[in-house]
Amino acid sequence: MHRRHGGARLSAAPYLFLAPAIVLFILFLAVPIGYTVHLALRRTRVSGLGLGKGSRREVFVGLDNLRAAVTDDELWAGWLRVLGYGTLVLVVMLGLALLFALLLDSAHVRLARFSRIAIFLPYAVPGVVASLLWGFLYLPSLTPIGGIDFLSASAVTYSMANVAVWGGTGFNMLVLYTNLRAIPRSYYEAARMDGASELAIALRVKIPILVPAIILTTVFSIIATIQVFTEPTTLRPLTNTISSTWSPLMKVYRDAFVTGDLYSAAATSLVIAAVSLVLSFGFLRVVRGRAFGEGR
Amino acid sequence: MRTKRLAIALATMLAAGCGGAAETPAAAPATSAPAGPVSLTYWTWAPNMDKIAEVWNQANPDIKVTVSKQAGGDDAAAKFLTAAKAGNAPDLVQAEYQHLPSFIAADAVADIAAEAAAVKPEFSAGLWGLVTLGTESVYAIPQDSGPMMLYYRKDLFEKYGIGVPKTWDEYAEAARTVHKADPKVYLGSFSSKDPGWFAGLAQQAGAQWWSISGDAWKVGINDAATTKVADFWGGLVQEGVIDDMPYFTPEWNKALNDGTQLSWPSAVWGPGVLESNAPKGKGKWGIAPLPQWNAGENFSGFWGGSSTAVSAGSKNRAAAVKFATWLNTDPQGIDLLVKEAFVYPASGKGQAALGAPPAYFAESQPDFWQQAATIGTSARGFTFGPNVGVTYNAYKDAFDKALQDKSPFSASVGTMQDTTVADMQKSGFTLAQ
Repeated sequence: MHRRHGGARLSAAPYLFLAPAIVLFILFLAVPIGYTVHLALRRTRVSGLGLGKGSRREVFVGLDNLRAAVTDDELWAGWLRVLGYGTLVLVVMLGLALLFALLLDSAHVRLARFSRIAIFLPYAVPGVVASLLWGFLYLPSLTPIGGIDFLSASAVTYSMANVAVWGGTGFNMLVLYTNLRAIPRSYYEAARMDGASELAIALRVKIPILVPAIILTTVFSIIATIQVFTEPTTLRPLTNTISSTWSPLMKVYRDAFVTGDLYSAAATSLVIAAVSLVLSFGFLRVVRGRAFGEGR
Repeated sequence: MRTKRLAIALATMLAAGCGGAAETPAAAPATSAPAGPVSLTYWTWAPNMDKIAEVWNQANPDIKVTVSKQAGGDDAAAKFLTAAKAGNAPDLVQAEYQHLPSFIAADAVADIAAEAAAVKPEFSAGLWGLVTLGTESVYAIPQDSGPMMLYYRKDLFEKYGIGVPKTWDEYAEAARTVHKADPKVYLGSFSSKDPGWFAGLAQQAGAQWWSISGDAWKVGINDAATTKVADFWGGLVQEGVIDDMPYFTPEWNKALNDGTQLSWPSAVWGPGVLESNAPKGKGKWGIAPLPQWNAGENFSGFWGGSSTAVSAGSKNRAAAVKFATWLNTDPQGIDLLVKEAFVYPASGKGQAALGAPPAYFAESQPDFWQQAATIGTSARGFTFGPNVGVTYNAYKDAFDKALQDKSPFSASVGTMQDTTVADMQKSGFTLAQ
């Protein structure tokens, strides 16, 4: 590094370049998070009938809201439902994504371009639209597939998972496929010379190299699954089997906008954020050595 | 499922995002007082309200009303409360009767008793009670009301050999007859998604979900009348002779249209719903008073209906009340409401002004409005409490669960009561024992 100008100017420059990012971060991330914490510690207290001026004021309640959020049975029941739904989505969606990526990357594939676009296309359909489309297909009197009530209590989780898998497989496939294309072809030639079949190449060469990408897609998918909201919310008006607190995020929405309790909603948001952090970083910690070990 | 999310912390943004909005400074009102023309904003979902406002604006250049079309329903109430909290609420807002107490409790609407008390004689005591909560204050001017009646397929009632049920017992008997004749056909459906519908039926039975005694709220959602209504429907659903699909779903629309649902206990605004969802039934539907709990009685309840309220933050209260009064009590305003916005006006003289029946009923019920007016006088309502959102949400979840678990409906009414009381206690409302 050459110091051609005054030291003061040089040391100010990085901050100048960083300023837009810092301002955006503060405005749209730090302040909202701070405000959420602020709300989570407060509550309105009503006196008497609660009608008229001055009968309602905001008070500090400490950790009461958070305690209520953590001990709310309905929230944990929601986590359990999301756990079942999420396991299903994660396994099926990522399994299919990996399968499709490997198939598209294999030497014998036909109509590769068309298949790639066809599998990716559902990702371009907004979640609400996808849920509505599927919702209509699920309705007993409208469905072309007879004999199954897709919206019954026993089937509704699978029906929702299907919407998520349909919409998410393409994106994950593309991430994995792009990674596959970056692998030098010479690896495969070497494997073939050693007598490896296409299947053996996929299992022993491609998948091990793909592990970091698989981990990346898994982390993204875990986060998205924890935040599941669109599918159940859109399907809810069509059936009796999805409650207003089916997923934790739906409970936040209900508290904030249906029952008008921003304070509980803020507290539950913090709990969800904590669970997301624990799950995502927990998963990363478990797989870190394997995935990123080579890079160190 | 979308994986584009940037950060884990985004989970917190849902609640925080709207909090952020709450911090934006209030939009400065365009004008302060009488000096110069006044500009008013009006949130409403009634159709063609912009045309009606235009008529007013032509005649009143000093008070300009700008309509902002809303999406109606519970979402509209939530949006208004959020805007009021953020300090940028509109001057005027369409407020459904059941949400008005929440608005009052949140200090979001103004007490306009000084300006609007004079219009009291225009409205029935029941409707006036809904905008005063039985106090000396006036929080809104009634706009439309939704007295309930029974819509039924005249031709299919004949086909299955059932008469129009005069009592709920006869209704149950008719439900059995119809379903026995054709297992695909139901007399009606119990909707776990429409608490307003259930509240109307409870009102008919004489329920009082909330009441004010002195300085305390009394909550009686699980009173005898409501429990009776719940168990009546629960019995029919468990017997399997009444369907349990929610109203306003594609499936229900289809059932109405293809004649597998023969009747619908609904409100006076029903023709619009039938016209768009069951076009094949045109000229085949009739109306009758709701079946009664005791032969010889004559009661109905209300499902829906709304009022025009002035927001507490409005800097032009007098002008806003002037417009709201014109809209809901002036013959010209009422005439426009009926013809352009298709509402059943709350004002007594407005109901007399209704002329030709809705086109959908022109053949089958030419005296639609006369019938509706007679039924309307028999409707009785109750005071809504300050946390209707909680109660209505509890209705949906509790009855969803009852339908799934096949548990007694009266237990769901108990859940509604407990949830409502717990929420009020948590907030600190004084409750009467």
